[in-house]
Amino acid sequence: MPVEIDIAKVAKLARLALSPEKLEEYGAQLVDILEHAERVGGLPTEGVPPTSHPLPMTNAFRADEVRPSLDRDEVLEQAPQSEGPYFRVPRILGET
Amino acid sequence: MTNWEAVIGIETHVELQTRSKMFCGCEVNFSADPNTTVCPVCLALPGALPVPNEEAIEGILKIGAALDCELVESSLFHRKNYFYPDLPKNYQISQYDVPLCVDGHIDIDVDGEEARVGITRVHMEEDTGKSLHGSDTGRIHDADHSLLDFNRSGVPLVEIVSEPDIRSPEQARAYAAELQRVVRALGVSDVRLEEGSVRFDANISVRPAGQAEFGTRTEVKNMNSLRSLQRAIAYEIQRQIGVIEGNGEIVQETRHWNEDSGATSSMRSKEESEDYRYFQEPDLVPLHVDGEWRDRVFAGLPELPSARRKRIVAAGVEPQAAATLVEAGDLADLFDHAVSLGADRKQIANWLTGEVVAHLRRNEVALADTGLSAAHLNELGSLVGEGALSSTAAKEVLGHVLSGEGSPREVAAARDLTQISDQTALDAEVDAVLAANPDVVERLRSGDMKPIGFVVGQVMKATRGKADPKLVSELVRSKTQGD
Amino acid sequence: MTDLADLSIAEAGAGLRRGDFSSVELTDAALTRAGVTESHLHAYLTLDQHGARAAATAADQALAAGEDHGPLHGIPLAVKDNMVTRGMETTAGSKILSGYVPPYNATVVDRLSAKRAVILGKTNLDEFAMGSSTENSAYGPTRNPWDTDRVPGGSSGGSAAAVSVGSALGALGSDTGGSIRQPAAMCGLVGVKPTYGVVSRYGLIAFASSLDQIGPFARSVGDAASLLEAVAGYDPRDATSYRGDTPEISTLLDSGVAGMRIGVLAELSGDGIDPQIQDACRRMYDALADAGAELKEVSLPATEYALSAYYLIAPAEASANLARFDGVRYGLRVDGETTEEMMAASRAEGFGPEVARRILLGTYALSAGYYDAFYGQAQKVRTLLRNEFAATYEEVDVIVSPTSPTTAFAIGEKTADPLSMYFADVCTIASNLAGDPSGSVPVGLDAEGLPIGFQIMAPALHEAQLFRLAAEVERLARFDARPALATSEVKPA
Repeated sequence: MPVEIDIAKVAKLARLALSPEKLEEYGAQLVDILEHAERVGGLPTEGVPPTSHPLPMTNAFRADEVRPSLDRDEVLEQAPQSEGPYFRVPRILGET
Repeated sequence: MTNWEAVIGIETHVELQTRSKMFCGCEVNFSADPNTTVCPVCLALPGALPVPNEEAIEGILKIGAALDCELVESSLFHRKNYFYPDLPKNYQISQYDVPLCVDGHIDIDVDGEEARVGITRVHMEEDTGKSLHGSDTGRIHDADHSLLDFNRSGVPLVEIVSEPDIRSPEQARAYAAELQRVVRALGVSDVRLEEGSVRFDANISVRPAGQAEFGTRTEVKNMNSLRSLQRAIAYEIQRQIGVIEGNGEIVQETRHWNEDSGATSSMRSKEESEDYRYFQEPDLVPLHVDGEWRDRVFAGLPELPSARRKRIVAAGVEPQAAATLVEAGDLADLFDHAVSLGADRKQIANWLTGEVVAHLRRNEVALADTGLSAAHLNELGSLVGEGALSSTAAKEVLGHVLSGEGSPREVAAARDLTQISDQTALDAEVDAVLAANPDVVERLRSGDMKPIGFVVGQVMKATRGKADPKLVSELVRSKTQGD
Repeated sequence: MTDLADLSIAEAGAGLRRGDFSSVELTDAALTRAGVTESHLHAYLTLDQHGARAAATAADQALAAGEDHGPLHGIPLAVKDNMVTRGMETTAGSKILSGYVPPYNATVVDRLSAKRAVILGKTNLDEFAMGSSTENSAYGPTRNPWDTDRVPGGSSGGSAAAVSVGSALGALGSDTGGSIRQPAAMCGLVGVKPTYGVVSRYGLIAFASSLDQIGPFARSVGDAASLLEAVAGYDPRDATSYRGDTPEISTLLDSGVAGMRIGVLAELSGDGIDPQIQDACRRMYDALADAGAELKEVSLPATEYALSAYYLIAPAEASANLARFDGVRYGLRVDGETTEEMMAASRAEGFGPEVARRILLGTYALSAGYYDAFYGQAQKVRTLLRNEFAATYEEVDVIVSPTSPTTAFAIGEKTADPLSMYFADVCTIASNLAGDPSGSVPVGLDAEGLPIGFQIMAPALHEAQLFRLAAEVERLARFDARPALATSEVKPA
């Protein structure tokens, strides 16, 4: 089954601003990889539950205790841009 | 002309008031300085990992149990993927196909008409940070930049999704109000709408009455009071009817309620909505709520508002007063306590819903700030019962007790409000008035009872209002009619 | 006298305790070796000479005061640059984290420090650990000490090259699909990926959360065991950390293999594996049989699908894990009119091609309409694979195979064809999907003098069995070759 990819849409979802050339190159590579990966469909898996976690564990919790937070100056020092006590970013378009 | 029916479902987000955040040990503190309750986890620094707060899980289970949900034995966390600058990981840890609580309901009452609203699911997630928009208007679209504060990032958030069982703006408001009461009664959140610790989104569609299929729905956001929830829904229903009757089509979209203009406006089209690419959160293991845990949660539930209202009404209190008591849970607590000390239910309910509520409103204080106790109320009741206070004086005394002047007995004494209901003390006063007014005595003796008011008035004047008028009038009768 | 940089951890520890030399001298020896070899290899992204000497001095003082923190006390080690180090630049080999200085330590880093180990610096890797050759580093490739025209393997190629050449006595790497074992094989080292959950991932910059595990590189099986023992154990900051008792690791090192049931994995015995590697492994199978082990061929048909499943699951998780690199709170920012544009531009500029490719791949595999056919199906294959392993471990104690289908390949050989690079992981991926422990031990050199690795897989939490067999393979292989570059007398390039 040939794999079809709307690579521009995928790049938008992934928040990657790629040039048309790059998009085309990645798109072609993804088709190659996915055509190979599609082999997973060759195994009969009816009634097989998915594994998303290697060790069968449940309920890993922490107690509701306050721990020290980071020093704000140290945090903001790593920010590309800050203003006063805040991180600063360009205009936000709103939910797309 | 078509008769339209609205179909409404409500999504409610409730911030839990735990000490620490959902997945890290940062303090939940909404008055902290910007970006001071942050750590590698809630800032999504490289390498950080989430660990769930057990108290938050307890909190959501309580909510689920209170809404009569099934607490799901095995549930999962998922990642909901979308990019937004206030969401540090650019995915939100949430629950998807297997939430913690499902299939509950809430009973509401609008003007005596009862209805049941189904609860589809209650799930656990985390809050985002906050953005401030750098413009004069403070509006996002006018800003040339934004500032981010991540103190709220990772605060435990419970989402409660109702079935589309709501049919009117009034029902929607009743649902939201009752849900708030339930959550407040559980003590897991302060549910303050104006501060954003509870937020409502409404899914709204209209259809011709009798039609089974739903119409196209819109989602309306940004209602920050119960009133604006009701207004927004009312507006949106009329807007949709208008569109359809004008041969237009409803677009499935998210709409923004503007409180000032009293209208909703389009935010984005659901057609191009995000593809959230949910998948099971690999940094977290599944949740397992076994029978023992479930039993413990149900057994630990407090009396819920609806049950409490019914109980108080059954005890002889007017439904409206019972609702007022339960609305502010602490009033009902005080009521129950005072009643347990032997106080008269109706009297206590009247005082609490009358003088006390008025005092709290007038002075913008909380009940706890007044120092009013159940013992005070009981004492006040006793004073009235003994005849030491008139009902008018009792209300005055209560006002001073609320202002912190002391116990009712202390206030009554200090302000000299105790009424004279001692017969011997009044005998002389009555005798003196009668002696000074022989004509009146004559009329009374002849069976003309009109001047009795005059006598009572004179006695009241002589005692500066402290005489028990009932007793005075009895004395006058016995002295003039007796033999 | 032997150069201190060439000592094993065990030998160095003994020398420190005898007072033959100090941790400062040992640390200086490793730094001197790095000074000579780095220009040839580029194993390190950051060398923290000052911090390392300070830590060594402190270690010496502690030892002199009678405080002994065990086998790693005073030992100079390297850490892969995807584990965060407080105050020390951590880039994960990516331009998007250029200059990033974390405000906290990974749990493994804290544990090494608590054991008084000396951290020399941060080693090179394929960007975000995505690759099998260390060529995907934004800061240039690492070269193989055995042949500098070849790759050291990857993604932990910097750690492998450093330990191999002696610019560290041991190192930590991370393994998502073979990133410890494959470079260990290509550099002639012991490398172990422990059971998922045995070593905390807190502070490991995530590639694929359900597959990533931190593990050791060392020149001997015993050294690898010491390193793993130092970092293993429950960590409350990692919800996927194993809460039971830490599995035994070094208890059976001297037990031999008499009666041990060893399964030889049929699916990795023939086609696709370099014949010289097949021969070296077969010779080891015979030697193990002679040593008293019971060998039998086992077949796990689902392993044929492991690579495909891996290249859906790992990118899917990565696409979300790497979403946080958005130019808002740290790292590279490329300006934009709007935050949305800024994010997309920063990410396009900051991520290298392989990372961008995998993010796109994972985003696609999770997207509406494709989830079931790709990601969902891959997770079911993962279940089948685990079931096959479980059934096989009813019959055998461990499973063996080659670690890599080839010895070290030439730099640039596979970079043009991503899929061919992905096949470099064909032997190692199944253990990550299963969550089981797996290690590589060197068993010889091929005709070109390049090391060959022998892979041992064991059931979850049975590290002791893995190390038991690894120790026997080490004894039987008598692999003591070192790369020619492993000398402090080579002139810097």
